[in-house]
Amino acid sequence: MALSKRKRAQVFRGAQYGLLVLVVLVVALVADWGEIKRAFFNLDIAASMFPGVITIALKNTIVYTALGFGFGLALGLVLALMKLSSVAPYRWIATIYIEFFRGVPALLVFIALSFGVPLAFQLQFDIYSTVMLALGIVGAAYMAETIRAGLQAVPKGQVEAARSLGMSQGRAMISIVIPQAFRIVLPPLTNELILLTKDSSLIYIIGLARDQYELTKFGRETLSRSPSLTPILVVGLCYLIITLPLGYLSRYLERRTGGKKVSSPESTGLGVSA
Amino acid sequence: MTGSTGSTAVEITGLKKSFGDLEVLRDIDLVVQRGEVVCIIGPSGSGKSTMLRCVNLLEEPTGGKIVVEGVELTDPDVDIDAARRRIGMVFQSFNLFSHLRVLDNLTIAQRKVLKRGKAEAEEVALRNLERVGLLDKAHALPGQLSGGQQQRVAIARALSMDPEVMLFDEPTSALDPELVGDVLAVMRQLADEGMTMLVVTHEMQFAREVADKVLFMDGGYVVEQGPAERVIGDPQHERTKTFLARVLNPNHLGTDA
Ligand SMILES: Nc1ncnc2c1ncn2[C@@H]1O[C@H](COP(=O)(O)OP(=O)(O)OP(=O)(O)O)[C@@H](O)[C@H]1O
Ligand SMILES: [Mg+2]
Repeated sequence: MALSKRKRAQVFRGAQYGLLVLVVLVVALVADWGEIKRAFFNLDIAASMFPGVITIALKNTIVYTALGFGFGLALGLVLALMKLSSVAPYRWIATIYIEFFRGVPALLVFIALSFGVPLAFQLQFDIYSTVMLALGIVGAAYMAETIRAGLQAVPKGQVEAARSLGMSQGRAMISIVIPQAFRIVLPPLTNELILLTKDSSLIYIIGLARDQYELTKFGRETLSRSPSLTPILVVGLCYLIITLPLGYLSRYLERRTGGKKVSSPESTGLGVSA
Repeated sequence: MTGSTGSTAVEITGLKKSFGDLEVLRDIDLVVQRGEVVCIIGPSGSGKSTMLRCVNLLEEPTGGKIVVEGVELTDPDVDIDAARRRIGMVFQSFNLFSHLRVLDNLTIAQRKVLKRGKAEAEEVALRNLERVGLLDKAHALPGQLSGGQQQRVAIARALSMDPEVMLFDEPTSALDPELVGDVLAVMRQLADEGMTMLVVTHEMQFAREVADKVLFMDGGYVVEQGPAERVIGDPQHERTKTFLARVLNPNHLGTDA
């Protein structure tokens, strides 16, 4: 019996729904709800985490991320400008940097800064510097490529207009190209901020005082006292407090800029002579 | 490099420009007196834009000499940013700074380049916006304006730097026909006020009425130049005749075989 194409699609979809219902039923019947509630939703444990999880952990996660993002943004901009430089060695250095730090785990950079540097140079960074440098160094490698694409997406005519008004190359860059490029790269940079928020947890490898705990460390520490998954769920939700709004912001900005594409090397605004 | 050049605003001698192997300008000579309006006409690809862009070094000439208001731009040691301040440029595609409001488009270079104070820069800007009839658009973003309005803002932006020479590269080519008139009116007024202007255009009527001199370019050469009524009204060269026949009477393409 030959089924029509549409009929077959209907049967197939029905089968998928059927399977889903079956799995849900099985899980609901087999699962030990009391056990699950105790493991994930232990309200006493959750309550014991407040207010510290907000006033210390969430706050520190935000501070660490902001430091890393700020430093990474500045360094990323410098690297992007180096990549577009007419001086070849600058381009090479930027390329090597970007390829290197995109290719190694962020954890390695944290280890290098918190253990490697003190051993090699007798130089000990404080926690804020370590986080800022480690997150920034890694973040810059990703942001540099994004910013470069944004700079190149600014139409050539904008630079020509600026130059013809007597602005120097640098002035045109600062007053015209960079502000326009940042509008273009705001959505991808917001995504980068989300990634850094999560990577800020890597600071756990350093011995932290309690008031230096960020979310992951805080959750893990609570866990060691309370044998339940509740602490993990609570700090997980705290991450979402940061990352969900950022995700919405990113998509909103993307819509507002009309999803402008940032990868047309032809339209580089950077090749004006003299 | 600064000499007493009397009443000469722009002097181009033996200008050459190549892009790689492509010779775009072969040998251009042109003298523009102060207050003169020179219209440059010619077929697409003849090098009109390239020549105009050489006059403020947006393109670097391959050879020859360009002197604007006594400053030799082709001197390797020239302060090109300083020279460009005195040369206004208006582009076919307007090129307003899209992230800045109209008023800021007009003040940013005044402030950052001429180091004028905010109050003075805004006063100059508003005066020039009034000149082009767009005082009420001072706080609009470029994207909210029509093409014709954008081009008039672009002219006001260039004028805010108090240029001695204005370059126009097909300023009305990107406009809907009904918006062309407003822009040409502003340019006509500017010409009447004595501005030195180099205008690449396909508006033959404008060239006839406003230009002191018309230049016909083809294949990287100036084929013919002279008063408008002669070059447009009574062209001597065959190529000029062919071109004008096509532009003035676009429905009859008979000679285009
Ligand atoms: N940056 C560039 N690189 C390579 N070739 C170029 C460049 N700019 C212009 N050309 C070439 O130089 C020639 C002259 O171009 P130009 O823009 O000066 O012509 P035009 O007379 O202004 O033409 P149109 O009326 O179409 O604007 C064309 O063949 C063009 O392709
Ligand atoms: Mg042109």
